[in-house]
Amino acid sequence: MSPLPPRFHAWFTANGWQAHPHQLAMLEQAALPAVLLIAPTGGGKTLAGFLPSLVELADNPAPGLHTLYISPLKALAADIARNLAKPISDIGLNIRVEDRTGDTSATRKKRQRADPPHILLTTPESLALLLSYEDAPRMFAGLKRVVVDEIHALSESKRGDQLMLCLARLQTLCPNLRRTGLSATVDDPHDIARMFAPHPARCRIIHADPGPAPDITMLDTEEPPPWSGGGGAYAIAAIMEQVRRHKTTLIFHNTRAQAEIFFHKLWLANSEALPIGIHHGSLAREQRERVEAAMVRGDLSAIVCTGSLDLGIDWGDVDLVIQVGAPKNIKRLVQRIGRANHQYDAPSKAILVPANRFEVVECLAALQAVREHDLDGAPRGPGARDVLCQHILITACSGPFDKDRLFDEVTTCGDFSSLAREQFEACFGFVATGGYALRRYDRWQRLVQRPDGLWQLRDPRQASRIRMNIGTIQDADLLKVRMKNRMGGKPLGEVEEHFAASLSHGDTFLIGGRIVRYEGLKEAVVEVSPDAAKRPRVAVYSGTRFSNSTQLSHRILRLLQNGDWPEMPQHTRDWLTRQREISLLPQPDRLLVETFPEGGRQYMCVFGFAGRNAMQTLGLLLTMRMEHSGLHPLGFVATDYATLIWGLDPVVEPGPLFDPVRLREGFENWLAGNAVMKRTFRGVATIAGLIERNSAGLRKSGRQTLFSSDILYDTLLRYDPGHVLMDITRDEALRGLVDFGRIEEMLTRVADNIDHVPLRSPSPLSAPLFLEIGKVAIQGAANEKLLAQEEERMMKSAGLDQFT
Amino acid sequence: MKDCHLINLAGERLLALPSGVLFMERQQALVVSDLHFGKSERNSRRGGPLLPPFETRDTMARLEADIVRTDAKTVVCLGDSFDDTDAGHNLPESDRQWLARLQTGRTWIWVEGNHDPGAMNLGGQHVQEARIGALTLRHIARPGETKEISGHFHPKFTLNARGTRISRRCFVHDDNRVVLPAYGTFTGGMDCLEPELRGLFANDAFAVTTGQEARVFPLPPARSATRPRLRRGSPG
Repeated sequence: MSPLPPRFHAWFTANGWQAHPHQLAMLEQAALPAVLLIAPTGGGKTLAGFLPSLVELADNPAPGLHTLYISPLKALAADIARNLAKPISDIGLNIRVEDRTGDTSATRKKRQRADPPHILLTTPESLALLLSYEDAPRMFAGLKRVVVDEIHALSESKRGDQLMLCLARLQTLCPNLRRTGLSATVDDPHDIARMFAPHPARCRIIHADPGPAPDITMLDTEEPPPWSGGGGAYAIAAIMEQVRRHKTTLIFHNTRAQAEIFFHKLWLANSEALPIGIHHGSLAREQRERVEAAMVRGDLSAIVCTGSLDLGIDWGDVDLVIQVGAPKNIKRLVQRIGRANHQYDAPSKAILVPANRFEVVECLAALQAVREHDLDGAPRGPGARDVLCQHILITACSGPFDKDRLFDEVTTCGDFSSLAREQFEACFGFVATGGYALRRYDRWQRLVQRPDGLWQLRDPRQASRIRMNIGTIQDADLLKVRMKNRMGGKPLGEVEEHFAASLSHGDTFLIGGRIVRYEGLKEAVVEVSPDAAKRPRVAVYSGTRFSNSTQLSHRILRLLQNGDWPEMPQHTRDWLTRQREISLLPQPDRLLVETFPEGGRQYMCVFGFAGRNAMQTLGLLLTMRMEHSGLHPLGFVATDYATLIWGLDPVVEPGPLFDPVRLREGFENWLAGNAVMKRTFRGVATIAGLIERNSAGLRKSGRQTLFSSDILYDTLLRYDPGHVLMDITRDEALRGLVDFGRIEEMLTRVADNIDHVPLRSPSPLSAPLFLEIGKVAIQGAANEKLLAQEEERMMKSAGLDQFT
Repeated sequence: MKDCHLINLAGERLLALPSGVLFMERQQALVVSDLHFGKSERNSRRGGPLLPPFETRDTMARLEADIVRTDAKTVVCLGDSFDDTDAGHNLPESDRQWLARLQTGRTWIWVEGNHDPGAMNLGGQHVQEARIGALTLRHIARPGETKEISGHFHPKFTLNARGTRISRRCFVHDDNRVVLPAYGTFTGGMDCLEPELRGLFANDAFAVTTGQEARVFPLPPARSATRPRLRRGSPG
């Protein structure tokens, strides 16, 4: 007996469809407190999520909010509103659906609070904002269901933590609230289920049919890939050929800069003038929307893109996905491949393009992993405490609250269920009084306790200030790029402030696939003009580079043991064979360390396979230890698989350098003063509410009132190193950019098994590292030295060197 | 004083210390600007974020070190010594005593700033502006004025050296005036090329950066749209 009411059944039939089994299962399980649907892209996931609501609202729905839908993307909320309109009007349902995001007008937002629709589509940040108002209990009264889309994406960031805290709040307001999560294919659905269900309730997991296995291959090119680099330019001709043969091709890149450079080169090779677009997160919204619209219309043959296209908006008839550069993470690769799966029962087609010689091995490892359905993922850490600080502030905005009950509520979130009371008190103390040691200030109070024991904002006017700073998304300091005014002032996109600061008049760079000339900086906008140059002078603005996942690294190590590698191209086989003859191949439970002289310097290459961030940290720690041992290190460079260090003296005995105890000791000292810590602190302090991103009028009143978060970090480090925000910063850096955990994992994996191979020249495997960019020089007083040199040079060039 | 930079202004020898204070050699007077004592207290009083309440003692400790180093007979605080008048009144007892200790045995002058109008009852003299030697010391520079020392703007100099961006608090001076950097721990800065600040100076003007050593840099001429840029950063 189908759970589908006749009117709905008729609608499916009229369209020539049949409800998917997982869609029916969702209806059958609709009464459960928490359900998680795992379905591939194109599996009718969203409709499955909404069917129970549509059915419940089918007959004479009462006014008021019934279902809250939350997606990570504003665009997705708008997209869903359009998609829902069809069944609602076709079936003749009397259901009001509205979206509410940062782009919704103020009047409409106000009306939504007074008279909410049946189904409200929104984002985690907009929900947090709604919950900060005093009328939240009234607005959400009667809410029955909440649907969280793309929950796998949210679960990987602090936005997920914030959302789960908000759901806990909603659950208090509406005890019978039922939760539905929609997720792409993930490595550990139970992990997401634990996060999503109200602790300790169980979450039912429904798996949709994963569909046929993807048709995924590695690109064969005439020319072998280069020894290093990540652009994939060598494969332009072969990729162009694939674009020609398919209807719509998505060409994914790992960074925005690479996407820009590739797009530019692709365009130069596009002799037939095929319609090809570019889409990434740094482009102006207008630009992106134009490309999106063209894509939906099916006007584009190919789109060069980055992760900005990763989430599940329906982009039309994509029939091929090309991934340029090793995917670094198998789960993300699988989700990207799913983009070419517009027909649920047809296999998605994907091609991997290794960008350099080593990536051939990486791509091959990824291919195997996809075929074996072996997805990667790190176990989830506990809920972020800086987000908890913000949540306490948001709670205070909505009215007086009881501290104990808030603690109980917070610990119903899976990720906060093991939060210790002391940790909660530390966060609360920070929000209430700043949480500083040594002195207690009476006036240092943001929250005060009332005679009845409830806590409230000391000054209710603070609420609007707090609301302006809700959210956990950390934008790098980005500056807008515009065509210079007399040429129309057209917005092109954004670049990092650091990049903008490195430009001088006349420099040319790539943005939105075109070359522009830097004209100047005007009121925090980078002004540019069109430039006819063929080749930009400054090519790169940086972006985050992902580290290889642990699982993928292990797989690569295993692959290297595989005898004669029949599955690899000839050039790669030759390369690895030569390595085996001259030195050794890296092994999973051993650490290969090569030393050799080259060009008057002494080199040490450590094949740790711990991912870029960890290998970078290892480089810093090893050079520090070498400095102490008088080995005069000069610099190093790190990739996902190795760290190459150079210096004046040869390392005769590497073993002692890797002593875990000494390494950890050095780490403790190094960490405190490190730039990575300061960067992490800035994020933590902003989310926790110590630094305000937005504050009315402050910008206008003069920039001299703002000071850098580095000063706050230094002050706390000196006077209150045990402060809760320092504690949170440390935790986070260890897991993130510093990634010391993976160095520990590597040291445990190899134990004492260090294979030192002294060589007379670089080995085949270490040679590509010489070509890597991102070399780090070891100079203690680097900045002072640079300043002194520049001072001398500038004064001299100004003819003023005799002046001082 | 090898780490200092000597500025000649109207015949007075002024030493710019790398810490950000100016020392008038002939009068043995130490000039310091924009201490902003009590900034975190004011911020919390006004409902802002609760900043770490350690900036007053940090600023005070650095000031004490400079007084000891120069053995100053006179100390001139060039305005905005307190983040606001209440911050002055609310200064904790321990900090008041510290301040009194610093004032012992020397002349102490509070020049009034826009943040801290009115006398504070914290020892020393309170003045609108001070004259020392040939020079006038006031909080905010007056356009067209000469022989003047002032503060207020919190100047900062930003340099791009081989792809590394370095930003430092700085003195700015030409033949007519000196503008001091802000000294307080929690004080931000204004780029010294902002027209409001750059416009006070002649074309030939200099930034003297703070840090380990005071270093002097010629400023690009006024109204230039580009930032000073010295050498291209290589991607490697």
